Amino acid sequence: MATTRERTEETTGLDQRAEEKHRSLWGDVWRQFRRHKGAMVGLVLLAVIVFGSYFGPWFWPKDPFAIDTSLANLPPSVESPFGTDNLGRDVLARVMVGGRISLSVGITAMLLSVFIGTAIGILAGYFKWLDGWLMRFTDLFLALPILPLLLVIIMLFRDTLRAQFGPELGIFLLVVFVIGITSWMQTARIVRGEVLSVKEEEFVLAANSIGTRKRNVIFRHVLPNVLSPVMVAAALGVAVAIITESALSFLGLGFPSDFPTWGRLVTDAKDTINITPARVIWPGMMISLTVISVNFIGDGLRDALDPRLRSR
Amino acid sequence: MSASPTSDETTAVAENGEVLVSVRNLKKHFPIMKGVFKRQVGAVRAVDGVSFDIYRGETLGLVGESGSGKSTAGRVILQLDPVTEGHVTFRDVDLTETKGEKLRALRPQMQMIFQDPHASLNPRMTVGSIIGEPLQEHNQAKGKERKQRIEELLSLVGLEPKHANRYPHEFSGGQRQRIGIARALALNPDFIVCDEPIAALDVSIQAQVVNLMENLQDVLGLTYLFISHDLSMVRHIADRVAVMYLGKIMELAEVEALYNRPSHPYTQALLSAVPVPDPEVEATRTRVILEGDIPSPANPPPGCPFNTRCPMAQERCVAEVPAFRELDSGHWVACHFAEEAREKVKGIV
Ligand SMILES: Nc1ncnc2c1ncn2[C@@H]1O[C@H](COP(=O)(O)OP(=O)(O)O)[C@@H](O)[C@H]1O
Ligand code: SF4
Ligand SMILES: [Mg+2]
Repeated sequence: MATTRERTEETTGLDQRAEEKHRSLWGDVWRQFRRHKGAMVGLVLLAVIVFGSYFGPWFWPKDPFAIDTSLANLPPSVESPFGTDNLGRDVLARVMVGGRISLSVGITAMLLSVFIGTAIGILAGYFKWLDGWLMRFTDLFLALPILPLLLVIIMLFRDTLRAQFGPELGIFLLVVFVIGITSWMQTARIVRGEVLSVKEEEFVLAANSIGTRKRNVIFRHVLPNVLSPVMVAAALGVAVAIITESALSFLGLGFPSDFPTWGRLVTDAKDTINITPARVIWPGMMISLTVISVNFIGDGLRDALDPRLRSR
Repeated sequence: MSASPTSDETTAVAENGEVLVSVRNLKKHFPIMKGVFKRQVGAVRAVDGVSFDIYRGETLGLVGESGSGKSTAGRVILQLDPVTEGHVTFRDVDLTETKGEKLRALRPQMQMIFQDPHASLNPRMTVGSIIGEPLQEHNQAKGKERKQRIEELLSLVGLEPKHANRYPHEFSGGQRQRIGIARALALNPDFIVCDEPIAALDVSIQAQVVNLMENLQDVLGLTYLFISHDLSMVRHIADRVAVMYLGKIMELAEVEALYNRPSHPYTQALLSAVPVPDPEVEATRTRVILEGDIPSPANPPPGCPFNTRCPMAQERCVAEVPAFRELDSGHWVACHFAEEAREKVKGIV
């Protein structure tokens, strides 16, 4: 009996291999990730952008803050490939320096926002008694007038944080915090919806029948199965954070106005777009490329984390 | 419901052995909420007062059309959903009064096998971690020992140890169901609720899985509540059978008694829909055709739940809920006219 059973099912099921390789989970994920063309392009692109922002100044040692009005508004040339701005500062050097802030703000704020959104979404979706409260809390945040809120937060905490962590790190933490706590709501809603449906899956019922503790049901069964929307939210979150940061500095609430960030560079240059379009195009393109590459990476990660899409 | 099999329990025990699970007047109503303020406007009476015993080592079949409340009954018995009313006693413990850690500590003794082998395994876990999860959660067998136990379980259900590294989607439906069975067996349970374990499988695989379950029952001394809508499969595997309709038990009897002398018009209708292997009998027998659909459990008919479709229905059937009474030893029926129904049976089945 046992042998016939084996044979009939094996032929419909699996190919037989003499030796089953030991496979590590992360090895599998990485192998699948590498197969995803978009993800690899995104990864390389992001690496280039990050590398350029942090190490570019070594190869392009122009001072991004050196003002020389005699060089103002120059078109792109060999001297300054992205041209110069209205105060004669080298745009390439400014884009490189600006990238450091924009990238770190974008990625850190996204992590914070995705963390808050996922946590609240999971708690609301999984625990019925928390759902009402948490969703009302989320709606409250969605309904809050963000700008006055930002103003108040920044006024209240700017000086304390500056004193505590120094002007740059202080402002960085403040900006990340402010962006993080004002952008998690969409993620929370999407994750909650997804949790509500995953929670009804039979494998969750099976876990309950085993007696799996709630905490483990959440981390082992629910969370891994709501990763897709989290990845999408993460990719969008980077873009939102970079753009919000530029709005903040435009309002004089973020980094000092002479401090270049990508968003700030675009805002400053938009009035002279007719004279020096390169000043808008390059930082704008950096924002877009970062967003696209993070998007692709998120896509690839999502696929790589799904064993059904992962071939052996 | 009033006449649940309590009075004759002692004789039943003497005949059949020890009662492992005892279900009394079990109800599960799902509230229907409407409107902005989510007021309750009614209830789906998925399980509406069922009582029966399950004896150690037996297989109790639970049959009925889709929507009759079988799955809900199975889940509520295992306390995967809180009961609305009634009691479930497992050994000497009233499960409906047991909560939290205490209930969790009892879980290893009672397990469930699910209908859909595609939905019941987490697609993101390897087979090894799926089968190992119950061991991990109850701190049984660590490290190397656990690995060994997993391999043991895999070969017990007819899979290979090397399959532990693979993911559920790499297996066929029958193999996945074996994985689900291995998971249910990991903690050496006494009692397993099998919720249509073969309904989603290819017909060619069904017999293999049923045979596996029967072998495991013999070897491990398991007690099954076997839920199914396939009457011939239940006849094959069950010792006793309960027929469910609209959340209530219509008839409960030993398998041969139920199939040879069905005494409830609903059971008779179900059986007459099953083709008889002998072509001569098949050609001559009268068949009871069930008319209409099963009524909504949110709005069940008054009196006998079957009265909207019953060929024998009379006024009394609308006025009065039939008692669940013992027609002869161990043969329980909920019908006012069970005796007449039984008389008609010869031409039908
Ligand atoms: N979670 C639930 N909420 C509301 N109604 C439910 C729920 N689960 C089941 N039901 C209803 O209870 C009835 C019985 O369902 P079920 O137990 O799945 O029947 P079966 O397993 O016999 O097909 C059905 O009418 C179904 O719609
Ligand atoms: S009680 Fe009446 S309606 Fe119900 S099954 Fe018996 S005869 Fe039919
Ligand atoms: Mg069912």
